[in-house]
Amino acid sequence: MPAAQEAAPAVETPVVTSRHQLVAFAVMVVFFVVAPFFIYPLFLMKALCFALFACAFNLLIGYVGLLSFGHAAFLGSAGYISAHTAKVWGWPPELAILAGTVVAGALGVLIGALAIRSRGIYFANITLALAQMIYFFCLQAPFTHGEDGIQAVPRGMLFGLLDLRHTMTMYFVVLVVFLAGFLLIYRIIHSPFGQVLKAIREHEPRAVSLGYTAEQYKLLAFVLSATLSGLAGGTKAIVFQLASLTDVHWTMSGEVVLMTLLGGLGTVFGPVAGAFIVVSLENYLSQLGAWVTVVQGVIFVLCVLTFRRGVVGELARLLKRPF
Amino acid sequence: MSSIFGVPTQALFGQLLIGLINGSFYALLSLGLSVIFGLLNIINFAHGALYMMGAFVAYFLLQWAGLGYWWALLLSPIVVGFLGVVLERTMLKRLYHLDHLYGLLLTFGLALIIQGLFRNQFGSSGLPYAMPVQLAGGRSLGFMFLPNYRAWVIVFSLATCLATWYVIERTKLGSYLRAATENPALVQAFGINVPRMITLTYGFGVALAALAGVLAAPIYQVNPLMGADLIIVVFAVVVIGGLGSIMGSILTGFALGIVEGLTKVFYPEASNTVIFVIMALVLLVKPTGLFGREK
Amino acid sequence: MLMRIAILLAALLALGPAMARAQISDGVIKIGVLNDQSGLYADLAGQGSVVAARMAVEDYGADKKGMKVEVVFADHQNKADVGSAIARQWYDVDKVDLIVDVPNSGVALAVSQITRDKGKAFIVSSAATSDLTGKACSPNTIHWTYDTWALANGTANALVKQGADSWFFITADYAFGHALERDVEAVVLKNGGKVLGKVRHPLNTQDFSSFLLQAQASKAKVIGLANAGGDTTNAIKQGAEFGIVKGGQNFAGLLVFLTDVHALGLQTAQGLVFTETFYWDLNDRTRAFAKRFAERNRGIHPTMIHAGVYAGVTHYLKAVEALKSDDGTKVIAKMKEIPTDDPLFGKGTIRVDGRKIHPAYLVEVKKPSESKAPWDYYKIRATIPADQAFRPLDQGECPLVKK
Repeated sequence: MPAAQEAAPAVETPVVTSRHQLVAFAVMVVFFVVAPFFIYPLFLMKALCFALFACAFNLLIGYVGLLSFGHAAFLGSAGYISAHTAKVWGWPPELAILAGTVVAGALGVLIGALAIRSRGIYFANITLALAQMIYFFCLQAPFTHGEDGIQAVPRGMLFGLLDLRHTMTMYFVVLVVFLAGFLLIYRIIHSPFGQVLKAIREHEPRAVSLGYTAEQYKLLAFVLSATLSGLAGGTKAIVFQLASLTDVHWTMSGEVVLMTLLGGLGTVFGPVAGAFIVVSLENYLSQLGAWVTVVQGVIFVLCVLTFRRGVVGELARLLKRPF
Repeated sequence: MSSIFGVPTQALFGQLLIGLINGSFYALLSLGLSVIFGLLNIINFAHGALYMMGAFVAYFLLQWAGLGYWWALLLSPIVVGFLGVVLERTMLKRLYHLDHLYGLLLTFGLALIIQGLFRNQFGSSGLPYAMPVQLAGGRSLGFMFLPNYRAWVIVFSLATCLATWYVIERTKLGSYLRAATENPALVQAFGINVPRMITLTYGFGVALAALAGVLAAPIYQVNPLMGADLIIVVFAVVVIGGLGSIMGSILTGFALGIVEGLTKVFYPEASNTVIFVIMALVLLVKPTGLFGREK
Repeated sequence: MLMRIAILLAALLALGPAMARAQISDGVIKIGVLNDQSGLYADLAGQGSVVAARMAVEDYGADKKGMKVEVVFADHQNKADVGSAIARQWYDVDKVDLIVDVPNSGVALAVSQITRDKGKAFIVSSAATSDLTGKACSPNTIHWTYDTWALANGTANALVKQGADSWFFITADYAFGHALERDVEAVVLKNGGKVLGKVRHPLNTQDFSSFLLQAQASKAKVIGLANAGGDTTNAIKQGAEFGIVKGGQNFAGLLVFLTDVHALGLQTAQGLVFTETFYWDLNDRTRAFAKRFAERNRGIHPTMIHAGVYAGVTHYLKAVEALKSDDGTKVIAKMKEIPTDDPLFGKGTIRVDGRKIHPAYLVEVKKPSESKAPWDYYKIRATIPADQAFRPLDQGECPLVKK
């Protein structure tokens, strides 16, 4: 699919981890470990949750070449499940987040099974419409409380030991969750499974002729992407102690596309950078109300017209190394 | 009072008629979207925002130039259609050689910009637009009181849809358009200016959206977010009808309005979701939509 | 390996709640006006509330008393997640001490919880749900202006006694709508009336035709609109289109503001009966305030929300001055101790559940011929004395109220 190829770095993704990628990873980790002492931790946690969401999304578009315009369904429904189990059923946070993740994965199987037969625009359309169904379900279902959302979700005690009401404790837990997801995605991309996905993306008939059932691989990738999006959503609900309709609305699906596009489709660190930039923008421009939407639109347009590789993609091209 | 399935017939017919009115908007909007996709292979995410602009231009014409509804019906589509032409020439053109998804993303970005700018300027609680005097009032149909304006909406959209279908499917101009969709290079070789046709087609599709906006202005409040949630429904209509099929979009638009109306009577909570359920079912059976052709 | 380091750090930090607590007072009293600046409720609160807050600070003479007071504002877009994120950031980072206004009951409930968690202060002027002084009451929250119970009590009582004994509800589908519908239904049933049907609509609905049709089909004498702002005006306008009033039914606007009447115009709105707790044309003091307010607010006269913000901020500053501290919980407690007295609501008190007590007024919208000047819209039909206007203390299920 040209979209991902267009954004692919000049040098092919090697199977073995290269040194510069390790350095980039180390820089990222150090930054996130040190940052909460200087930057408002709640803001950083929001960025981390969205970074995980964007990385999960990137798995699908960057490496499989499928643009899903309904990923908010996974983020938001996981949020509602986690919030409900934590608040109403009194589950500890690790189980609540797990519940959200599992439900998102199940949704991924359902939606993926329906959507995977189609490609390109049809695929985008189907995912969009199915996500809208999920949105309306969330709007109507009594347990979500519609416009008010699920509020006052308890943070709880992680594993019965760590009190998540302390901001810094919560922060480092979120960081661990993010890093786990990030590393998992990295392993997936650089595994034989990832290689098959790449083959399918580049020339599906050829991959099929070699004996790979393309649909099954695509479906598995879709479910993985959905599950990790759910992990991000469930974590976010616990951090902000709130699950609301915003996270299942289709504009959220658009936002994750923006983050990934801006950061760089098909790059490892792109979604993280993209998420960070977009969340920062929203934060700083929030005083200006609807200007946030305009700026996001302008970035979209610019990225599509002239900046298709995204921030990290351009950086990779400059340095002639994949990131 | 008679009733069907426990619902009074009166209420049923009333809701069906309301459904038909809503269906008129769906049909008109999905028509424009279908025309654009048919020729340009672009899903025009900005369609909802352009619909909104159509309503706003009508509002401006009234406020600043004193030109009423009937003028707006003519001028607003021209103005917004012209904007569409500009957008196509400056931005969309550059994406034709790329994967079609970039077109989707670009128009999505444009929608954000347009809606954001209007929201900034006008807030989101809506501006009033007066009902044209000639269409005010209504008549009692026995089972419900039908405002004249709403009847006009049905008649006007039906007429516009049929006229558009006729032009595209039954006239020479339409046949050039359809040929250019299938094989632009060959048609260009015959001496027909394909790029210009593409530009004008986009402009026309956009003008249809603006026309729907003017139609909506007197009843729905002119507000910057009026197109935002409507666009998703219209997408579903176009997908069900079949991307690229004009008649498919028109029929599906009206049909869906009616189905929605029926759902509101029997199971109101599902009235928002029913269209997506239908879409999922149709796609399972026929992935290219009811009347669609594989591209 | 890096993951292990991260886990180690997390464990270390968990062992000691070592992070320094944010300072509470820093020499500045910061007041945050949080409301809907650009959407459904922008006119009845919006920038007007910011003007009202600033006027309160100036009129109080904070400068002369040596108190540094700052007013900031933000737009919560009627979303609970946006509102709670702003509230958190304000409390944690920007050192805001008091949040005022907050229309949209869902957001107000979220902000109330956060305010309680952080020991700050919250004066609600716009949000309506009576749960704020009921099940969700808090020692850090005061509910000024009005609530769904007061509206139900005033409007529904009056209407049912006039003969409007069959009702159909069109309700906004969120905390406020549900609360209003519940409270009005209780009054209707208590007075021997019937509720013939209900329908819920999403917030910010454009097209009410299908709901209006259902209301017409029910043949209820009154169609109760349990919504506010643009939703109410839309329903009433489209109701005119569908000939609701001509067909013999009446609308009961359960929550209507001066700005809604202004948007509808007297021609459409005449005859509407509803409850408010403030009107700018009540007496000389309110008229003087309205004149000064309108000058600073593009000619728009104050709604009861704006009045509530002004009065609430004034009383807050009184309490802070008396206490010489801006510790949220203590100030709210002090506000309940001191009786209130301001030019807009007169003399009143604040109960232990956080409910501000003052009289309510049953108003009717004038006919166009009866209105002598712009914004001259209401006739006062009745005054409901303060001790009858609000829900009795023991009926609220507020945990703060000792049985």
